[in-house]
Amino acid sequence: MSPEEQLQAFLGRVPYIHFLGMRAELAGDELTGILPFSPHLIGNSLLPALHGGVIGAFLEMTALAQLAVTQSTPRVHKTIDVTIEYLRPGRAMATYARAELRKVGRRIANVHVEAWQDARSQPVAALRGHFMLAED
Amino acid sequence: MSDPEPNPPNPNLEAAAAMATEVPQAAALGFQMVSAADARGVMHAPWREDLVGDPDTGVIASGVVTSLLDHCCGMAITATTGKRRPTATLDLRIDYMRPAAARTGVTVEAHCYHLTRSIAFVRAHAWDADPADPIATAQAAFMLSPAPGPAPGGAA
Repeated sequence: MSPEEQLQAFLGRVPYIHFLGMRAELAGDELTGILPFSPHLIGNSLLPALHGGVIGAFLEMTALAQLAVTQSTPRVHKTIDVTIEYLRPGRAMATYARAELRKVGRRIANVHVEAWQDARSQPVAALRGHFMLAED
Repeated sequence: MSDPEPNPPNPNLEAAAAMATEVPQAAALGFQMVSAADARGVMHAPWREDLVGDPDTGVIASGVVTSLLDHCCGMAITATTGKRRPTATLDLRIDYMRPAAARTGVTVEAHCYHLTRSIAFVRAHAWDADPADPIATAQAAFMLSPAPGPAPGGAA
């Protein structure tokens, strides 16, 4: 499968990704996760702001999508741990994220992800995580 | 630590219960409040087909657990302060010990173990069947917004 096919296979297989409404685009080997705004993602109606859990989940799903593109297996990799830093409120608008595979070993991957809204230079959140790689 | 003003007909409970239903993301995930008292909150997320994270196993998505952990930590803070103040998550660290059982919901207990005027420190754990056999643990810090009042600055 091409990277694009692997990405679409991953996005299409995971029901929770549909629940979030997440998409992703590939430019070469660089993946951008896209989370269009939707009212059910709100965690604070007054601001309004996206739920912190939604932002964390979107960062994690972007890491898994990037791994899905680079690993040959169609199976979903397992999250071992994540540390999420919240830098700015996630406003009621589209959110984007890019993942950097810091190290992909035989069994474990270390991934950093950063999310932004209207300016890449002003990230709303970042994630560092370890993932157990699924085997074929 | 002790609650500021323990009083039997717990008004915290109503504020905490509202958190499970009024917040759009919590309602969309079907969160149910189990209890809120003594700086602790317990909340449940039922399993649903559309919330599955691994189609090979039918296990609920870790993203749902992330939202539940974050939300339940907020409820534990409400159960501590007695007021529903807006909180902003500063950081959230989650360790996933094992996958949840297939087609099974998740319950989280969060404990706000230290509170300053502006920061709350919270620990939480999540389980599917047995609280002593967690699927995930979490540690988080939250910034507390000032109590509602006139906006700072602006007004003369």
